[in-house]
Amino acid sequence: MKKKLMAVLLAGAMVFSMVACGGSDNSAETTTDNGASASTTEETTDNSEIKIGLITDVGGVNDGSFNQSAWEGLQRAQADLGIEVNYLESKTDSDYTPNIEQFMDEEYDLIICVGYQLADALRNAAEANPDQKFAIIDDSSCSDLDNVSCLMFKQEQASYLVGYVAGLTTESNTVGFVLGMETEVMNQFGYGYCAGVLDANPDATILQTNANTFSKPEDGKTAANAMITNNADVIFHAAGGTGLGVIQACQEAGIKAIGVDSDQSAVAPDTVITSAMKRVDNAVYDSAKSITEGSYAAGVVTYDLSMGGVDIAPTTDLLSDDVIAAVNEVKEKILSGDVVVPATKDEFEAKYGDVYTLDDK
Amino acid sequence: MDVLITNLGLLINATLIATPPLLFAGLGSCFSERSGVVNIGIEGMMTIGAFTGAVASLYTGNGWAAFLIGGLAGALLGIIHAVVCISFHADQTIAGTAINFLGTGLSLFLCKALFDNSSDTPSHDPSAALPKIFNGVFETGSFGYNVLNVYGVAYLVFVLALVCWFVFYKTKFGSHLRAVGEHPEACESIGIDVYKVRYACVILSGFLAGLGGAFVTLATVNQFRPAVIVGQGFIAIAAVIFGKFTPQGTTFACLLFGLCSGIKSLASMSNAVSPNLISMIPYVVTIVALILFVGRANAPAANGKPFVKAR
Repeated sequence: MKKKLMAVLLAGAMVFSMVACGGSDNSAETTTDNGASASTTEETTDNSEIKIGLITDVGGVNDGSFNQSAWEGLQRAQADLGIEVNYLESKTDSDYTPNIEQFMDEEYDLIICVGYQLADALRNAAEANPDQKFAIIDDSSCSDLDNVSCLMFKQEQASYLVGYVAGLTTESNTVGFVLGMETEVMNQFGYGYCAGVLDANPDATILQTNANTFSKPEDGKTAANAMITNNADVIFHAAGGTGLGVIQACQEAGIKAIGVDSDQSAVAPDTVITSAMKRVDNAVYDSAKSITEGSYAAGVVTYDLSMGGVDIAPTTDLLSDDVIAAVNEVKEKILSGDVVVPATKDEFEAKYGDVYTLDDK
Repeated sequence: MDVLITNLGLLINATLIATPPLLFAGLGSCFSERSGVVNIGIEGMMTIGAFTGAVASLYTGNGWAAFLIGGLAGALLGIIHAVVCISFHADQTIAGTAINFLGTGLSLFLCKALFDNSSDTPSHDPSAALPKIFNGVFETGSFGYNVLNVYGVAYLVFVLALVCWFVFYKTKFGSHLRAVGEHPEACESIGIDVYKVRYACVILSGFLAGLGGAFVTLATVNQFRPAVIVGQGFIAIAAVIFGKFTPQGTTFACLLFGLCSGIKSLASMSNAVSPNLISMIPYVVTIVALILFVGRANAPAANGKPFVKAR
């Protein structure tokens, strides 16, 4: 009995932690929202025949991040362009292929996949159905196909801007960075942030921790507490749910935190001074628009600062006028090409040396 | 030397963040298991406690009230588990699994219903969280700051552990609850109401698990989202088995798990070892501890067996 109980326990713990790794939303079902239809009448061209579908990864459309932002972009496209939009949530990895097939059966004009986790399912579907148009967010592995548009983001540019803020704001010359997981895309947050800090404040020390999880706020809190103990007074997180603990630790210690993906000011209005934003909604909106205008193109589209794909958060209540002016200035320099933000280990180390340590294996 | 003291302070701080939720839930589980009712639904009870605590803090603005309301929400699930398992003699493992689904599902459902289809609650103000003791007394980042300026409840839970030990071994209720878990028929024959004792224990386990969950949303972070309770309930149950179903054993087991979690977070600071290896520390320690100790742990004889009253 005891052994059985133990086995059930361990299996249970495993299942729960796997669910947690998958994403922050526990929606139990693959849902379809068929209620959405075009209502705009003042459009000059009638787009109501155009159907665009969005497939989320396991996060779901209310994940407060990525998937939600993508769906908001598509809803905006529906209101502005009068197209028909719809979404399918993926409960597990095995839902990707059936979800893509469902939209193809219903003859959608464009199928947008959110997140690199859908890349394999997308490649199979796109190769088998060359006439179906697809788009995928945060993945460029399908760029060789002529019916897939890959929407990539220069997160290092947004990270650079918040790093610049951190470098100017710190009084102890020590800032922190908590990473959720070490991957190529995630490291770009680190390269941009470190570059921004050092350009604004060459003497600054950057404390770095890889929490190696997106779902453990207590780990984020401990990592941030350790940084605070070592004099950090501004901490940037790119760590999803783990980052909530980082922000909380900063709030308790009365130091400053920097959010990620969306404007996280609401999490702790007296603590989060700015956020590195990734405008997935803009990318999705543009894709939808390209279908209505007949300008859809396959290949990689990289959303950068100039296209409004990434940006620093609009909330600036806690920043001084000097800092805002300096950030706007450096933003202009990035736009004009005077400042090139490093996106890879080689680019970063060529200019700044081996400062960013989380990418060392 | 200074570095050593600083790191020791951080380690104690990390332990005081990770241990309390486990210990609240573990002590609750002790009551239920020792009275003879397997409660695998701790995770679900923690989740509903975490959600209700966060919501109550938004509406009441009082951390302590919210904390207690979180506990009561856990107790409500405890009542369901008690009715199903004690009065209706259902299989306790299956009922507990159902409680887990109910707790997580209900939290998410209510969250979406209350907060405009969002799976997170809005964050609450620091004044509506649980209070910290010695706030502002110590310099930020000092040893005293890390060790003493923590949420008062993080210390209170150890007092609670002491109280539980007292209840278990020094009170009549304690001897009754231990007895009904070993031999309910004998208890009934001498006039102990087995159902009453078991009901009290299972509801109490739900209440304590709810407090554990509420600690997470009122002291570790400042809002509820589904990712805040992931597996803590199961770790708490493992701690109970590892602690040989006693309050004192459970306390040490929870402290060990909390300490490992702290070591893990602090070890990632150095970047010297692969983070994937470091992430294994708590699990490796758990497995080693289970191999070494659980073989000799004695589950209550009547644990998991429904008791049918003699007519």
